[in-house]
Amino acid sequence: MTDISLSGPSAADKTIPPGARAMRLPTQWLGAAPFIIFALMFLILPTLYLIIGAFQNADGAFTLQNIADLAQPTIVAAYWISIKVSIASSLLGAFIGLAIAVAIVRGGLPNWTRSAALTFSGVASQFAGVPLAFAFLATLGRLGLLTVLLRSIGFDLYQHGFNVLSFWGLTLTYLYFQIPLMVVIIVPAIDGLKKEWGEAAATLGATQWQYWRMVVIPVLWPSFLGTFILLFANAFGAIATAYALTGSSLNIVPIVLYAQIRGDVLHNANLGYAIAFGMIFITGLANVFYIWFRTRSERWLK
Amino acid sequence: MKSGKFWAWVTFILGAAYFFIPLIATLEFSMRMKRGEYSFEAYRVVLGDARFQESFTFSVVAAIFTIILGVLLVVPTAYWIRLRLPQLRPVVEFVTLLPLVIPAIVIVFGYIRMYGSSSPLPFLASGFGTNALLVIGYATLALPYMYRAVDTGLRTIDVRTLTEAAQILGAGWTTIIGRVILPNVLIAVLSGAFLTFAIVIGEFTVASLLNRPAFGPYLQNMGANRAYEPAALAIIAFAITWGCMSLIQVLSRFAPKSASRPN
Repeated sequence: MTDISLSGPSAADKTIPPGARAMRLPTQWLGAAPFIIFALMFLILPTLYLIIGAFQNADGAFTLQNIADLAQPTIVAAYWISIKVSIASSLLGAFIGLAIAVAIVRGGLPNWTRSAALTFSGVASQFAGVPLAFAFLATLGRLGLLTVLLRSIGFDLYQHGFNVLSFWGLTLTYLYFQIPLMVVIIVPAIDGLKKEWGEAAATLGATQWQYWRMVVIPVLWPSFLGTFILLFANAFGAIATAYALTGSSLNIVPIVLYAQIRGDVLHNANLGYAIAFGMIFITGLANVFYIWFRTRSERWLK
Repeated sequence: MKSGKFWAWVTFILGAAYFFIPLIATLEFSMRMKRGEYSFEAYRVVLGDARFQESFTFSVVAAIFTIILGVLLVVPTAYWIRLRLPQLRPVVEFVTLLPLVIPAIVIVFGYIRMYGSSSPLPFLASGFGTNALLVIGYATLALPYMYRAVDTGLRTIDVRTLTEAAQILGAGWTTIIGRVILPNVLIAVLSGAFLTFAIVIGEFTVASLLNRPAFGPYLQNMGANRAYEPAALAIIAFAITWGCMSLIQVLSRFAPKSASRPN
């Protein structure tokens, strides 16, 4: 098996990390070359291009001016509303999703509820973008079914300050894919809780609350947190739903960036890079937190 | 325990209400096009619209090419990582997760700046190149799902034994991957393919920024200009997503659960 009949020029030399040069058969790396080249060309380099551009001025010299320019009120407001919508929808999505998952796995409900909820979650977690916005306009828009029904029983949502084209409207809409995503990911984790742990805890005299606080939550914590971060990034980068729902009446960061890409509305190409860099920075930061938390909790679990 | 069950029901029913009311409302709204009666008029108008047919066909074709590219990219890589380069696994897994972290709009922004008409690799200079870049972008967005699906499939077969057996019989690498590995992980690949289809079919950001006449931008345009048709389109889009996900569920019943290793 050591004799690999893979011939060809070692064009993959570039992809070999320095440490691997000592390996006997560098042709092994050729097998991974297409993927590595694809990832470099269409994922990593385009992103790096923007990140580098964020630190350059129009002539290509290094500058921090673009990052400083992000501090203008419209951009700060855009980031702020994006962060608020993302945190609200991912926090609510994570907790409601967890509650539903616990209910269908541990709540003693009939079996069909579990399979129905899981099937539906699989669909709804992918039902995002423009059609989702249409669905919520048809439900909670000014002429939406729920709005009209509530008005007919004497409760006018819009008179009470609700608007589907607002922070809460957008959050409520995002929950439609955030909650199912949490359910889909967290149900297997809850399934992984062994019955014996509950019995062991009970034998040692733990109350239900202690069992949850000292066994269930620490075990679920990494998956829960990981999914929360995923939901956050999911909401933070989403544009289609917000764009179709609110047009440009709610200026979240992706919509500002979209307008900038289309028509350089900021009249500064490098400021556009800086906005993109800011988005990567925030989702990246969220992931650094996740990895940090996760290594901590895993160390503690051992 | 009694109260636990009660609260479980309350949670389940509230959740079901939140998820079903928008669907019912959209369905109801989509049938109100004719004054005073429920009809499928909006669906008739939408399905008969030439721009609907064109954009939908465009997106279906784009989805098919995305799936082909995704399979060609992911199956050999995941196979090779399992067989020969397990030390590279953390890196590849990290890379396949990046599209979940880097927003799609940022990735496509990078494409527009890197592959513009005056760049060394001018994808955007021609219609064909732009279509190719669209498919590449979609394959990138679908990478996390495709890779996970295929890798899960590979876990259930004995890659090493199959490869050795094929090599003893004189098979080359293309034969091994195309005629031994791929058929064995076909169900996993198809799951990834349907998920890719569901993601690509109504995608808006990439298609819109690359100015492609795809279904997503068409949907957005309808939403901005019409009243009842968008609701009908939302129902159609939901049905497509449902169809893809049901096919994945049906397929998963046929998937082998564990490796059948010879002793």
